[in-house]
Amino acid sequence: MPKLNMVQAINLALKEEMQKDKNVVLLGEDVGKDGGVFRVSEGLLDAFGHERVIDTPLAESGIVGAAIGLALYGLKPVAEIQFMGFIYPAIDQIFSHASRIRARSRGRFTCPLVVRAPYGAGIKAPELHSESSEALFCHMSGIKVVVPSSPYNAKGLLISSIRDPDPVIFLESTKLYRSIKEDVPEGEYIIPLGKARVVREGKAVTLLAWGSMLHRTLQAIEDIDAEVIDLMTLKPFDEETILKSAKKTGRVVIVHEAPKTCGFGAELSATIAEDAMLHLKSPIMRVTGYDVVLPLPKLEDYYIPTSARIKKAIEEVMKY
Amino acid sequence: MPEKIIESCNVKRLEILDEGGNADESLMPPLSDEQIKKMYELLVLSRAFDQRALNLQREGRLGTYASILGQEASQIGSAFALEKSDWIFPSFREMGVYITMGYPLHMLFQYWSGDERGVKCPEGLNIFPVCVPVGTQLPHAAGAAMGVKYRGDKKAVACYFGDGGTSEGDFHEGMNFAGVFKLPVVFICQNNHWAISVPREKQTASKTLAQKAFAYGFEGIQVDGNDVFAVYKAVKEALEKAKKDSGPTFIECFTYRMSDHTTADDAARYRLKEEIDNWKPKDPILRLKLFMEKKGLWNKQYQTDVENKAKEAVDEAVKMEEAIEHPEPKDMFTFTYAKLTQRQMRQMKEL
Ligand SMILES: Cc1ncc(C[n+]2csc(CCOP(=O)(O)OP(=O)(O)O)c2C)c(N)n1
Ligand SMILES: [Mg+2]
Repeated sequence: MPKLNMVQAINLALKEEMQKDKNVVLLGEDVGKDGGVFRVSEGLLDAFGHERVIDTPLAESGIVGAAIGLALYGLKPVAEIQFMGFIYPAIDQIFSHASRIRARSRGRFTCPLVVRAPYGAGIKAPELHSESSEALFCHMSGIKVVVPSSPYNAKGLLISSIRDPDPVIFLESTKLYRSIKEDVPEGEYIIPLGKARVVREGKAVTLLAWGSMLHRTLQAIEDIDAEVIDLMTLKPFDEETILKSAKKTGRVVIVHEAPKTCGFGAELSATIAEDAMLHLKSPIMRVTGYDVVLPLPKLEDYYIPTSARIKKAIEEVMKY
Repeated sequence: MPEKIIESCNVKRLEILDEGGNADESLMPPLSDEQIKKMYELLVLSRAFDQRALNLQREGRLGTYASILGQEASQIGSAFALEKSDWIFPSFREMGVYITMGYPLHMLFQYWSGDERGVKCPEGLNIFPVCVPVGTQLPHAAGAAMGVKYRGDKKAVACYFGDGGTSEGDFHEGMNFAGVFKLPVVFICQNNHWAISVPREKQTASKTLAQKAFAYGFEGIQVDGNDVFAVYKAVKEALEKAKKDSGPTFIECFTYRMSDHTTADDAARYRLKEEIDNWKPKDPILRLKLFMEKKGLWNKQYQTDVENKAKEAVDEAVKMEEAIEHPEPKDMFTFTYAKLTQRQMRQMKEL
C-alpha cells in the first residue's frame, strides 16, 4: 500500500472521484496549471482537461457562487478556496444560498458541493493564512463541516463529502499537509460523515479534538489513561460517541485552535453538560486559541494550544 | 428605427520614456533635475531593499515575501506624486510606495519578519497596513474619500491593487461608490500580468483594465508602468483632479512581475522564461538611467554613490531590525480592543 501524505491522499481522492463520475469538476484559484498553491490538484489538469479543472478569476464569491450554480444544474463541484482566511468574501454565497437552497426550494433544488480550504496556524504564514474559523460554518444550518486529521481519513472523508447530497466545507490543516505519511489504499473506501473516531480508548478522561489539534492532544497524554476522540465531522457531530465516552470517563477536555469564545468547544461542552451532567466528575475544560486576532509568525507559537497547556488542563480535571 | 450608438469609450495609453531613455518632451511632466534624481535614487533604494528582503528570506530571517522587482516605476512614480497628507490604501506588493512615502525601512523588514509592530504607521503618514485579502481595500479607499469630501479637505486617496484584484466583488463595489459619489480617489492598478499562476487574459475578457472605469462613469487610462514619468504624470493629474472635486480616476500601470509571486511560489511551473526575458529590456531603472545620462544627470560616480547610499540605508535598517527585541507574547492581546476584556485578562495570565 502506498504511503501518502495528506496532499497526496486528497489528490488521489479527487482523481478517483473524477474518474468515476464525470459530474465532478474542480474550480478555484491556481488549481489548474499550478496544481494549487499546496499542489493538492497537481496533475489533475493534465488528466482531466480545462473543462473539469478550472482556473478561475480571483473571486471567492464567484467561485462558490458558480459552484452553487453548477451543483443546482446537477454537477458535483469541488471548489478550492486558497486559504480559509479568503473564504470570507464567499460567506454570503455559503450562508445566503448554499446552506438554504434545499429548504428554500422544498427539496426541488439541492446543492451537493464541496468547498475545500486549507486552514490553521503553525506554518509561519502571513496574515489571514492561518485561520481556523470552523465554528462560523458549524453555526449555519444546512452546511456540513468536515476536518480530517490524517491522510487516510482525509481520502475517505473527501469521497464521502463529494458524494454527500448537501454542501460540505472541507478543512485541511496546512500543518498536517506534509507532516504525516501513512498507508492510503488506492480505490474506493468511505469514511462516513457524522461519525467520530475513537483514536485511543481509555477510562480516566475524554479528550476531544480534530485536525491538527488531535496530534497535539496525543502528544500531551503520555501515560494518562485517556480516551481520545477525533471528531472528523464537526457538523453534524457524533453526539453518541462523545456522550458515551463522557459518561464513561466523567471528565472531558476539549482542544481547539480557534479562539475560545463561541468556538466549537462551546457547543460540545454545552451538549455534554445537557446530556451527561450527572456522570461528570469535574467541570468540562477547554484548551483553545486566545480571544485575539491571530498574531503574525513571531507570536504564532504562543497562540496555538501547546502540549503543556493540554497537559495542565488534563491534570486539573483529573485532580478535581 | 435605426439603432444608434449612445455611448462609446476610448482608452488612452500614456508613454513618455522609451526603452532607449528617450522622452517625449511634449508630454514630460514638470520635474526639476533634483526631483528626477530623487526618483532615481528611490528606484535604486527600492530595488536594494527588495533584493535584501529576498536574501533575508532565503536565510530564514524573513517570512514569505512578495517582491516588487520590475514594478518599481509604477510604485515610485505614483507615490512621488502623493503628498504626505494624502491617504494610501496599499495591497501587499507596494514596498516601493512605502519607501517613497518615507516609511521607516527597518519597520518594513520587521513586518516581513513576522513582527506585528512593523505595521504601525508612523504619525504624519496615512499609509494603511499591508492588505492581504485581495481587492478588499477598494471600498475602504472609497469610504475614506467620502470622508475627505464630507470635510472638504484638500486631500486625495490612493488605492493600490493588482490585475487579479479587479476580479473581486469588492473591486466593483469600491469603483461604483467612487463613481456614484464622485469621490476624490485614484485607483492605481498594477497590471503585472499575473495573479500567482493566472495570466491577465484569464482574469478578465476586457481588452484593457483601464476601460473598466468607463462603466463606473469615470476615466480610466493605461500607462506604461515601467515608465516612471508616465506613471507620475498620470497620477499627479488624477490627484489634482481629485483635489478639485472632479472625481475619481483609474490608472492601469502596464508592468510585469519579474519575480515569483512570492518566495513561496515557483513561477517556472506556469510561465515561460522567454516572457520574462522579453520584459528585461523594459526595466524601469535602466531607462531612467539612460535618460539621465543623456541629460548629463548620470555618470558612473553618481551611480556608485547612489548604490552605496542605498546599500547603507538597507544595511542600517537590517541592523536596526535585528536589534529589536522579540515581541512579548502578551502583545498579541493588546490591540484586539481598546480595552482588554475580562476573559482576555484571564487568558493573558496563562502565557
Ligand atoms: C481574497 C484573497 N484571495 C486569495 C488570496 C491569495 N492570493 C494572494 S496574492 C494573489 C494574486 C494576486 O494577484 P494580483 O491582484 O494581480 O496582485 P499581484 O500578486 O500580481 O501583485 C492571490 C490569489 C488573497 N490574498 N486574498
Ligand atoms: Mg498581478
